[in-house]
Amino acid sequence: MIEVQDLHKAFGDVRAVNGVSFTARDGEITGLLGPNGAGKTTTLRMLYTLMKPDAGRVIVDGNDAYADALAVRRRLGVLPDARGLYKRLTAAENIDYFGRLHGMPEALLASRREALIDALDMRDIAGRRTEGFSQGQRVKTAIARAMVHDPRNVLLDEPTNGLDVMATRAMRRFMFQLREEGRCVLFSSHIMQEVAALCDRIVVIAHGRVVADETPAELLVQTGESTLEDAFVKIIGTDEGLAA
Amino acid sequence: MSAFTAVYWKEVRENLRDRRTLINALLTGPLLGPVLFITMMNLMVTRELAKADRPISVPVIGAEYAPHLMGALRSAGIDAQPGLPDPENAVREQRTDVVVRISPDYPKAWSQGQSVQVDLIYDSSRRDASTPIARVRNVVESYGRREGAMRLIARGLSPTTAWPVQVAERDQATSQARSGLMFAFLPYFFILTVFMGGMYLAIDLTAGERERQSLEPLFVNPVARWRILAGKLAAICTFSLVSLLLSVCAFATAPWFIPTEKIGIALDLGVHFGAQVVVIMLPLILLMASLQSLVSAFARSYREAQTYMSILMLVPILPSVLLSVMPVRAEPWMYAVPLLGQNLGIAQLLRGDGMPAWQVTTCLAGGFAAALVAMFGAAMMYRSERLAISG
Repeated sequence: MIEVQDLHKAFGDVRAVNGVSFTARDGEITGLLGPNGAGKTTTLRMLYTLMKPDAGRVIVDGNDAYADALAVRRRLGVLPDARGLYKRLTAAENIDYFGRLHGMPEALLASRREALIDALDMRDIAGRRTEGFSQGQRVKTAIARAMVHDPRNVLLDEPTNGLDVMATRAMRRFMFQLREEGRCVLFSSHIMQEVAALCDRIVVIAHGRVVADETPAELLVQTGESTLEDAFVKIIGTDEGLAA
Repeated sequence: MSAFTAVYWKEVRENLRDRRTLINALLTGPLLGPVLFITMMNLMVTRELAKADRPISVPVIGAEYAPHLMGALRSAGIDAQPGLPDPENAVREQRTDVVVRISPDYPKAWSQGQSVQVDLIYDSSRRDASTPIARVRNVVESYGRREGAMRLIARGLSPTTAWPVQVAERDQATSQARSGLMFAFLPYFFILTVFMGGMYLAIDLTAGERERQSLEPLFVNPVARWRILAGKLAAICTFSLVSLLLSVCAFATAPWFIPTEKIGIALDLGVHFGAQVVVIMLPLILLMASLQSLVSAFARSYREAQTYMSILMLVPILPSVLLSVMPVRAEPWMYAVPLLGQNLGIAQLLRGDGMPAWQVTTCLAGGFAAALVAMFGAAMMYRSERLAISG
């Protein structure tokens, strides 16, 4: 479970995140929705301890992200906005590297790696160097790498960005599987359909603030709109920066 | 497997697969110095030898006034050529190395037993002309001394009357020390090798990772950043150490390719020399790796880091240049200064003087202290929030 309490982060004069609070529960998929530049990536970066908030707290499974960053990182599986694979290593070697950084014993690492390679249907690319991988192959490898230590909480920054239809569907199936396993899944997106198809709970961020934190059904009721897209536009008060 | 080992092996493995890094660390870096050195030494030796033995021809203006002097020149292998119309310009335009000019009143003054003047027209800034100039000057001067002695004897005086003081040269330089003078730039080659060996790795492991946006996922792992840095530094040091070892081995073969016996110098670049060079270079390996990582951490891209590196590369030249411009007597504190200490030490080893234990210790202590400071700086850079954010 991830609890976010009143996060603030400014870069110079720009208040990128200005009082964000929400909770992502275990066994649920929580969508962080917002137009481009709303502060989604910055919020996620503070969740996975890459950035220090100016104010506010992040609690992951009861651990404070800044008092005990290493403990929090052990409980998180993160797919950052920057996928950043090592192109001179094979997909499997990329996965192994992160497993070793988590201090996993080799036997456990091997079984976990093979399980992920099967779950993500990437057997055919596992032994290939990642240079020249397609966007979908890159995301798969990056996700396997992020999940190798079997984290309870999963943060995915725009996981379907740049994926084709088939890859997007595969990604959705994988996220449902993570939910079935009782994990806490938090992902960011600016794509409406995706959020509608996946989320148990939607947190809408605009201008660095949370403007809604509801289930999709409640969101429709609250705004009196018939589609999520209209609801979204109504909530953020503008259709600027919205990609349908 | 600890995080340190995981980072170390991953970086080593990944970079062994990179041709550019491999070529630089294992081929260009270690071989550039020795190859350059052997080529330069051979050029120098063959040119000096050729000039010393070969008959040279020198334009002489007014040769007809001094037939005996011409005979002395001829017997020393210097052929008198007909004079040139404008000797000053000829020398300036490098058409000839040196011109001898004998004034028309030479025969008259000579026969009256007066002092006569012989002009040597040359350009002292042309180093390649120094051998012919010295040869001509020597012949003229010794001819003058010989004739002077003859005149004194003819007057019943001992020649020693005119030269009460005789200079006898007793050069204390061993043949190895003489070679040391010629090899003043050798320390720089070793330092450059260490620099080049680790450079591409250092760029790749910090600026490269940043550019490829892999630092962000890397730092999300539950490993303190200084541990990641330590693994990376170890990988860089491994590459530059291998580079240095290869270079030392390559230098050890240099005496086979240089005709050292012809110029009367001894060159000992063997195991003993190599081992000591490696020992005093150890702190530099760590220092360079840390400095390079520190500098790369400032850069946003591989290319930017390369630019900074080429500036950083000038730093190790400084002590070599300083020492060649103003040769200083080595003071004890100098051994504690990184780069300078190594420069002095390697020069001493080349001269065959060896390094006493206190010098080696000072050299290592000073070097490792500087390396620690640089490591600390790099660790601070790694802690910054900015470093991981690629976007």
